[in-house]
Parts: sequence; C-alpha cells; structure tokens
Amino acid sequence: MDILSSLMDGFATALTPMNLLYALIGVLLGTAVGVLPGIGPAMTVALLLPVAMVLEPTSAFIMFAGIYYGGMYGGSTTSILLNTPGESSSVITAIEGNRMAKAGKAAQALATAAIGSFVAGTIGTALLVVFTPIVVEFAVSLGSPSYFAIMVLALLAVTAVLGASRLRGFASLGLGLAIGLVGIDSVSGQRRLTFGQPLLADGLDIVVIAVAIFAVGEALWVAAHLRRTPLQIIPVGRPWMGKQDWKRSWKPWLRGTAFGFPFGALPAGGAEIPTFLSYVTEKRLSKHPEEFGKGAIEGVAGPEAANNAAAAGTLTPMLALGLPTNATAAVMLAAFTQFGIQPGPLLFENEGPLVWALIASLFIGNTLLLLVNLPLAPVWAKLLRLPRPYLYAGILFFATLGAYSVNLQAFDLVILLVVGALGFMMRRFGLPVLPLILGLILGPRIEKQLRQTLQLSAGDVSGLWSEPIAVVVYIIVALVLAWPLLFKAWRRMRPRTAVAVGGGTVAAGPAAGGPTAERPTAERTTAVSPGQAAAADGKTTDANTADATPANHGQEKS
Amino acid sequence: MTSLSTRLKGRSELGVAALLGAVGALVLFDAARLVVPYSQSDPVGPKALPIIVGSLLLVCAVMLAVNVLRGGHGEAEAGEDIDLSHPADWRTILPLAGAFIANILLIDWAGWVISGTVLFWGSVWALGSRHYVRDGLIALALALLTFYGFYLGLGIALPAGLLEGIL
Repeated sequence: MDILSSLMDGFATALTPMNLLYALIGVLLGTAVGVLPGIGPAMTVALLLPVAMVLEPTSAFIMFAGIYYGGMYGGSTTSILLNTPGESSSVITAIEGNRMAKAGKAAQALATAAIGSFVAGTIGTALLVVFTPIVVEFAVSLGSPSYFAIMVLALLAVTAVLGASRLRGFASLGLGLAIGLVGIDSVSGQRRLTFGQPLLADGLDIVVIAVAIFAVGEALWVAAHLRRTPLQIIPVGRPWMGKQDWKRSWKPWLRGTAFGFPFGALPAGGAEIPTFLSYVTEKRLSKHPEEFGKGAIEGVAGPEAANNAAAAGTLTPMLALGLPTNATAAVMLAAFTQFGIQPGPLLFENEGPLVWALIASLFIGNTLLLLVNLPLAPVWAKLLRLPRPYLYAGILFFATLGAYSVNLQAFDLVILLVVGALGFMMRRFGLPVLPLILGLILGPRIEKQLRQTLQLSAGDVSGLWSEPIAVVVYIIVALVLAWPLLFKAWRRMRPRTAVAVGGGTVAAGPAAGGPTAERPTAERTTAVSPGQAAAADGKTTDANTADATPANHGQEKS
Repeated sequence: MTSLSTRLKGRSELGVAALLGAVGALVLFDAARLVVPYSQSDPVGPKALPIIVGSLLLVCAVMLAVNVLRGGHGEAEAGEDIDLSHPADWRTILPLAGAFIANILLIDWAGWVISGTVLFWGSVWALGSRHYVRDGLIALALALLTFYGFYLGLGIALPAGLLEGIL
C-alpha cells in the first residue's frame, strides 16, 4: 500500500471547492460550539447526522473532521478568556492562560494556543498517517477472539481509568449497554426490552440517545444551576506573539505533542493526563518557574499542544480498529454505521478514498483553523456574550429538531425527554457520560464478536483465549481492574505519601475502606495541585478560581 | 429509627441506586422471558449479554447504595455557566420541561412552525428572558427558517399541521 500516493489522492478529493467549503463550515461551526458553553463537538456531530445523510459520505466526514478539531480550538479560547474550563483537558489552559489574560497578555495566550494547536495537530495527523496503516496491517490478522478482547479492554479502560469514581463509571456503562440491547436481536430475531412496542423493535436511534444525553441533559442541568451573575470576559484584540514568546513556545509545543499523541492513541489515555504531564514538565524545565501560576506562556503552549495531539491520536484506534475512545469519535463511528460503512480494520481497504480524504481534510482543517481563527478571535470573544436564555433555548430547539427529523415521529421526542432526564440525573450525581455512549455504541458489536467467537469454537469457552493477542489483552484488562488494589498496597507500604495523597481526594476518606472505594489515583489527586497553587499564588483569589479545579471528573465537553 | 432517618437525609443519591437496580431487574426479567432453543450456529444466544448487563447493573446498584450510606457522593458536574452554590432551581426546569412537552403534543397536530415557536418562546421565558415580543419574533423566525431550510435544502418535510396550505 503506497501511503503517500493514497494521501495525495485524498488531498485531491478534499481540495475540490465543494469539499473545501464543507471543511470551512466544519471548522467555523466547530470553533463556535467549542467557544459556546453547553455545546461541544460530539453533540454537534450528533445533531448534524440527520442533515449530513443527504451529503456524500466524504463531504460529511470532511465537515465532521473540521468540527472535531475546531471544537478543540474553541475550547481553549473559552478557558483563556473566561477562566472556567468547559472540558477537563482545558483545565490547565484555564489556570495559566487566564492568568496571562488577566495580566494583559490575552493576545499572546490565544496566539500560542492557536499556533501550538496547529503545530501539534499537524504533527499528530502526520503520526496518524504513519501509524494507522501499521496498526491496520496488524489488525487484519486478528480474529473475533482478539477483537472481543480489545473491545472489552476499551470499554473497561474508559470506564475504570477516566473519571473520578470507577463505581459510577460502571453504573453508566451498564445503563449504556442496557439501552443498546433494546430492539430485535439480529441473530435470533427475538425482541429484547421492547415491551411489545413496535416502535422499539428497531432499537433506539443512536442520534436520539446521543442528542438526549448531550444536549437535552446538559441544557436541563445548566438551567437548574444557571449562573445569574454575568461572567467576566476579558476583551481581546487580534492574537499575536513577540519574538520572545516564540522563543519560549516552540519547545513546549513539541514536547506537548510528544506527550499527547501516544496517550490519545491508547484506549483510555484521554487528553487530561498528557496536558497535566506537559504542564509539570514545562514548569520543571522553564527558566522562569516563578511565573508559573501567574501566567507563564510555556504553561499554555505545552498543554494546548498536548490536548490537540491527543485528539489526533484518538483517531488512530478509531480508523484502524473501529474503536472510539472519546465522545466525538464515538459519534463519528455511529455516523459510519449510518452511512452503511463498516468500521474496523477493513475500512482502509473498502473505503480507502474516503478515509484518505478524511485524513487529508484533517491537515486542511488544521491550516484553515489557523488562518481563519487568528483574525476572528475578537468575534469569538463576542460570541461568549450571547444571552444565556437564547443559547440554551436554542440548544433545546435544535436538539428537538435534530431528533425529530431522523424518523419524523413524536415518539422519538418522548424518548428524548426521558433520556434527557437521565442525562440530567447523571450530571447531578456524578455519573460520567462517556461510558454510557461507548456502551451504547460498542455493546452490540461486542455481542456480535462474542457470538462469532463461540460459534467458531463450537460453544467451547476456551475459544475466547484461543489467540495470543487476546491473552495479552486479558492480562492488561486484569491489570486495569486490579489497579486500585495495587495502589492501595503501594500506599500502605509508604504511609507518608498516603497522607498527602489522601488529603487531595474529597471522597476517598469514608469510601476507601471497602471495595467501593473512589479511585484515588495519582493523576487525579495531583491534577488538583496546580489549581490550588494558582489559588494560593494569585492575589485576586476571586470565586472564579475555585472553578478552575477539575471538578468535572474526566468528562470532556460533549 | 431516628438514626435511619438522619442517615437517609441528604442521600437523594440512593435514588440513583434504586434506578440502577430497577433497570437491572427489568433487563434480567426480560432476558428470562426469552425462549431460546439451543442452536449449533449460535451457542451464546440472545440471553447471555442481557444477563451480564442486568447483573452488572444490580451489582452497581448495591455497591452504590453501600457507598452512599457510608458517606460517598458523586461530584456534580461543573461548567462555564453553572453555579453550584445554589440548589437546583425547579422553577426554571419545570416550565422548561413544560415547553418541551407542549412541543411533543403539538408537533403532529399543529405542525413544526407553531410547536417550534412555542418551544423556543417557552424555553426562553423559562430561562428568564422577559422581552416577550422580541422573543416571540425570534422564535417564529427560527421555526420558519428551519421549516423551509429543511424542506428546500434537505428534502425533509417537517409537518405543516394547521398551517397546511399556507406554508
């Protein structure tokens, strides 16, 4: 397979005027929803699914790619200008970038975030081009047992590693799997969980569920706790950087990229850990460590690059194995299915032109983001002033429209409200949303692989570990699940660190005694410390500072 | 008795455990109802996954209940527009849900233009805007724009309802 010529063909497809237009629409839309609170790229892709069905699949995915990268970019603008991060991966940006903005350096903070995102996104996409075909080559040799194991790993890893509470993660996963069960079983033709309702026989539409959980749940949740005092938005001109800023930024960009990509490509790496690792590294390596917590440009450049490189990394398992590890990738995977495209290692073989056009459009989208958004930054800042009643009413309006237009039946709107109420409850009681969406999307595919595996082994359970890769994956699964026990043993051996660690985790005290312990991992606990440091250093310890601590337990904005 | 009631106070999260338990029981009950003859081509059958999922939910329900009674609690989600210092504002949510339900009831009979206008206008009102006329005009414009946009741009005919023939 000649990668370079395929990629060039991809560029040829993506650079046609129509597809460029879709890329531009995607980038602008993605940035807008990234900037606006309450909506994010996953929800936008979900809402656009019914609309996108009339497009060519290639054009639709080019637009989705723009939304994916644009959303990441918009999120950093919000956290720099507002100091309240919309997603957990922007927490660090919010700390350092907002300090910069308050010190009158908003333009430089936005510029280093934008250019760093471009650098990291471009390198990340190049790494994607190099690594994905290698993973595919390896993946086509795998059989059902290995796939089953890998999918189990992805589900368990996302549930157990990301988020504050493993128990609540598993509860969310269970709910998602249960929703995925509804409908006629494709093998036996039996109706499951339909309660005699013919409307439920086809299963619950993924678009409706995703829009309900992300949009309706979020709108209701925000409505319940709407901030009545207007937020302080720091005014900004056109982003620019001086010579000194460039000098201090380029190394953190590259280091951040090196942290971000591998974590993004792992089943449960996420973007939270690499942004934090990047921040700590930059603080240690900086010649100006005293500026950290008061607005050091390295502390924006590194984490922002890590964030975007992780976004590119996430697409590797998505395209090579059909495994999504964040919400946007999950909804994009659902989009493949809606277009009748089978995700998985055969994707490159069967849909080569589409995949390469998608990858080429990632490069194009990244460049467009830089070209369009540097001059547009003041416009995005204005968008933040949109009156909240209009914003959230608009979210409900378009959520209803999107969900209704799938099947044109009012019954879907009832589902939308019921599942939206579920989304509200999950936000209220700290159940992460991502495991539910992954369970919903991967559940049916896991069941299929399980049945194929045991069909091949004629019902013999040992068929599950008949491939060496499957065995390796199960060992990793066991390690992921046993991690809290290992951590506890480690803590017992070093009682002094235990005090420091225990102090940071709110819920660890009463719960740590039983098997239901909250997950007091090193990442999470330490992730709080820059926020605390910022609060201690800052002279203006206003109420907003408290918001900068990562309180949204590993959920990205949807 | 008093110790029980003090322990239950502020433990609304037990409702989540109850919901998980109910869903788990429902999934298991539904799985038990399935009759599957053994088949060589499908040794797993349609029952296996529901049983696993139902059991997972039941286990989570019990563990969550224990966790909550021992003092554990889930962190409410934060965000840009969220102020967790005041309790949930039901005077906003209930009218908002009302506008949503009104849309469900109206959409097939009165059509999208009317029901969508009601939905947007009602939601904006519930969220605290008091510019009745301006909001009404924005709502109507949005509903009309999406109606024609979907019809002309996407070929999706949203219901015209009462206004059939006028639109």
